[in-house]
Amino acid sequence: MKLITAVIKPFKLEEVRQALNDLGVQGMTVTEVKGFGRQKGHTEIYRGAEYAVSFLPKIKIEAVVASTDVDRAIAAITAAAKTGQIGDGKIFVSTIEKTVRIRTGESDLAAL
Amino acid sequence: MMTWTKSGASRVAALAAVTLPLFASAALAAEAPTPNKGDTAFMMIAAVLVLLMTVPGLALFYGGLVRSKNMLSVLMQVFYSVAIVSVIWVVYGYSMAFTEGGLYNAFVGGFSKAFLSGVTPDSTVETFTRGVVIPEYVFIAFQLTFACITPALIAGAFAERMKFSAYALFIPLWVTIVYFPMAHMVWYWAGPEAIASAAKAIADAGADATKKAAAEAALAAANANAGLLFSWGALDFAGGTVVHINAGIAGLVGAIIIGKRVGYGREAMAPHSLTMTMIGASLLWVGWFGFNAGSALEAGGTAALAMINTFVATGAAALGWMIIENMTKGKPSLLGMVSGAVAGLVAVTPAAGFAGPMGSIVLGFVSGIVCFIFCSGIKNALGYDDALDVFGVHAVGGMIGAIGTGILAAPMLGGTGVFDYTTGKVGDFDMMTQVIAQAKGVGFTILWSGILSAILFKLVDIVVGLRPATDEEREGLDIVDHGERAYNY
Repeated sequence: MKLITAVIKPFKLEEVRQALNDLGVQGMTVTEVKGFGRQKGHTEIYRGAEYAVSFLPKIKIEAVVASTDVDRAIAAITAAAKTGQIGDGKIFVSTIEKTVRIRTGESDLAAL
Repeated sequence: MMTWTKSGASRVAALAAVTLPLFASAALAAEAPTPNKGDTAFMMIAAVLVLLMTVPGLALFYGGLVRSKNMLSVLMQVFYSVAIVSVIWVVYGYSMAFTEGGLYNAFVGGFSKAFLSGVTPDSTVETFTRGVVIPEYVFIAFQLTFACITPALIAGAFAERMKFSAYALFIPLWVTIVYFPMAHMVWYWAGPEAIASAAKAIADAGADATKKAAAEAALAAANANAGLLFSWGALDFAGGTVVHINAGIAGLVGAIIIGKRVGYGREAMAPHSLTMTMIGASLLWVGWFGFNAGSALEAGGTAALAMINTFVATGAAALGWMIIENMTKGKPSLLGMVSGAVAGLVAVTPAAGFAGPMGSIVLGFVSGIVCFIFCSGIKNALGYDDALDVFGVHAVGGMIGAIGTGILAAPMLGGTGVFDYTTGKVGDFDMMTQVIAQAKGVGFTILWSGILSAILFKLVDIVVGLRPATDEEREGLDIVDHGERAYNY
């Protein structure tokens, strides 16, 4: 099992959700986050006060998939979230040791 | 309308010279003119429009500009100001501002109408037209709203960092020591009837030296029975000095004495809701028609002039700020545009009934540009924390308006000139004399408000302390002072 953590542009969330859904991914967790990469931030000016806004709003998606599905999931997210502009985001993959469904007690792949 | 017989007029003049609280003409007994229902209805609506400017207009304009943790504290400060000053106004404020003050009449009125003593539904006050009156209760209510909004304006300068207990003490002190005398100095005068009838008595006296001397004395007494700035000839149609420079200077002094907000210049202090700021600014604009047109005190041509000026000066100022901001910062901002609109409203306030519409466009445009330069450049260079630019918009805009009134009132520039009640027509206009009178008025207001406000801030600091603890300020005044938060998601 692998945990896919994707940080994407907020307005791409629905397309990414649809793409993962089409692959058969059963669930995901979404968080509103702020951060910066190469895109950096922007400047806001309120009358005389100028603020450099370094952290931009992003959406972080976390989904756990079977190891065999990882590459297809990555491809689906990449295709759905891509605009070609700087700031499209990143995908991180890590290994998950164990998964349990609380309601039934099922574990690992059966719990996904 | 009524006709004045020779004996009637001189009797009124003589009576006026003796009793002196001339602003109210209730004493004129059987010959007293009665209020026109149209004027009365107009002034009632104007008073309510000024209330609309304050709550919710000013409250939302300011509230949107602070961080969400201090939203309620700002709304509370504005609302409190209206509540407390409404009560104080009828207890003694109106009397201090609009009655004859004896020995100190140049500076402040007396207490003859404390608790609105002697005022009845039949009492009337004169407008600026001879023989036209409105019910005194309406005039009291209209002026009440001015007294309420002025201290509320100051709150923007020290927003987000003054204890409510300190504010609650400061406001009644400030209106008593600073505002009521200032309103008296600028707006208190004998009224059209006393001056015009005394002047007529002089003319009627002809060769009778005794009669003439008595009439001249009556005229001198009527002319002298006015506040200091009024007697200097300073023009202030709707309160450029009394309201805006007065509040702006008090705000600057307060911002300096209280000190900068914790984290000022290091942490982001972006406005939490420019949507609300836009709603508030728009309500200010709407309500300002009551403020400016209502200051004519009757529904006539002067009110109409003030109304059109309040449209065009505001529009021009919003455009002025937008254009220069776009040129210097690269983008035209909504906050800039509404700030410009408020600067224009402030600038046109003293000029509203004197300048022509074309003059008002110039006045507004200039005020939008100058206030932008002040708020986005000079303020940062000077380094004080006037949180919501009370000085940069109200004092600076007020000064431009006050001086500009001296220029734009000139008939050759489309202004109305200055009406001379002794001759019953517009007098000769000397621009230089008028500008000097305006500048004296501005200078006096700066000193009066600056010195007295500083003393009051220091006094309040000693009695209850001006600032919350640093931790409390970081937490936000809504929780610390009021035990509630503006938004519970």
